[in-house]
Amino acid sequence: MNKILFSSLSKKFVMALAGLFLLMFLPVHLIINLMLLKSDPVPFNRAAHFMATFPVVKIVEIALIAAILIHISWGIFLQIQNWLARPVGYAGGNKSETSFFSRFMIWTGASVLTFLVLHFFNFYFIKLGLVPGDPENFYSVAHNLFKISAYNYIYLICFVLLGLHLFHAFSSAFQTLGLNHRIWTPVVKVFHRIWTPVVKVFALIYSILIPAGFAYISLTLWLFR
Amino acid sequence: MKLTLKIWRQKNAKAKGIFATYKMEDVSHEMSFLEMLDALNKNLVGEDKDPVAFDHDCREGICGSCGMYINGHPHGPVPAVTTCHLSMRYFSDGDTIWIEPWRAKPFPVIKDLIVDRSAFDKIQIAGGFISVNAGAAPEANSILAEKKKSDKAFDSSICIGCGACVAACKNASAMLFVSAKISQFALLPQGRIEAKERVRAMVEKMDELGFGNCSNTGACEAECPKQIKLTNISRLNREYYKAY
Repeated sequence: MNKILFSSLSKKFVMALAGLFLLMFLPVHLIINLMLLKSDPVPFNRAAHFMATFPVVKIVEIALIAAILIHISWGIFLQIQNWLARPVGYAGGNKSETSFFSRFMIWTGASVLTFLVLHFFNFYFIKLGLVPGDPENFYSVAHNLFKISAYNYIYLICFVLLGLHLFHAFSSAFQTLGLNHRIWTPVVKVFHRIWTPVVKVFALIYSILIPAGFAYISLTLWLFR
Repeated sequence: MKLTLKIWRQKNAKAKGIFATYKMEDVSHEMSFLEMLDALNKNLVGEDKDPVAFDHDCREGICGSCGMYINGHPHGPVPAVTTCHLSMRYFSDGDTIWIEPWRAKPFPVIKDLIVDRSAFDKIQIAGGFISVNAGAAPEANSILAEKKKSDKAFDSSICIGCGACVAACKNASAMLFVSAKISQFALLPQGRIEAKERVRAMVEKMDELGFGNCSNTGACEAECPKQIKLTNISRLNREYYKAY
């Protein structure tokens, strides 16, 4: 059983599934965050309250935390294995043509993790009562944070790096899950000739739109409010 | 043309290697890369020095022996060729060429540019076969195979096991090799019978030997001299999930 759970393919499968789950969460978070642009704090605080208290969301939250932990820990573990597989590097460099952002997944991922830790201290730990603050008024917590220039710089850099991470992650997850096959995925059966470019274009749109949405909120609150 | 060669020299598996610099004069554009190395070795032997050890056999691009890492690329900077088919016309007068062995923990250096690629043999032995009695060739039409699938199986079967995919991959992953060997059987009815056992055993062996994990960078596909496609890796993933 251990051989199945800890085989290289299973680890990648779990990484991809956890990653895809996180990909689904980001648009939900963005939609709620867009309410920060309103001058009335009630809608955002109401949405934050709903997310913190609604039972179904609470179950999803546990899955989300599990997905984050699995994705991070497996990611680090796989990367260490990969480094160990090539103890001596090439003096002439490695000039093979690759999907560009795939080379930096561990570093873009580490940057996102750094932001996540900061984000947890600023919001999630307040909700859990681990850090002092008012969990019923995250609107003002967010607005106060976006007044700090250093926070905005970190926020914007991390979201650019998240975009780079997402661009490779999206198509990579499809490849790892074996979903680019016309029998396994009915959509591929219809669009099999254009499936790969469709995934790439979708990945591109997703990895630009989502970080751009978050960045737009940051820039608007920082520079124009 | 005149060339400067920076070649990895290592006496044996346990010795510490270094790059040695050699100056070559009068290298013809018509030479193959291995012929250029032959000329270098002739000079070295003439000077009573140890010639550069490198693997080679058929020199026809089919045996997969002549793998070496040239200027940052397995088999050199020209796509879809093995080192023996790499022509010196792709280099220019005054060039410096870095020549290194494959770098991967499961491919230890034996001497100079020769690595031990028996890890691939071990993966093949684990399951890269079908159990049939040897003897006369069976009647071709007794087991029908779909044309499209048999073409794909053939495309996968042309992997020569040279190890360029492992050498190119930043993670030293052997996924492209294993996926090609899995695919050539998985696509044909004769291979389906032992498909589950095969994929489990070959993946298990691959992991045991210490190859890295695939992170879908695509470097293996870009460097494969036989142009084995990444879709094989996706097929390997599906075959593996189906096996449990």
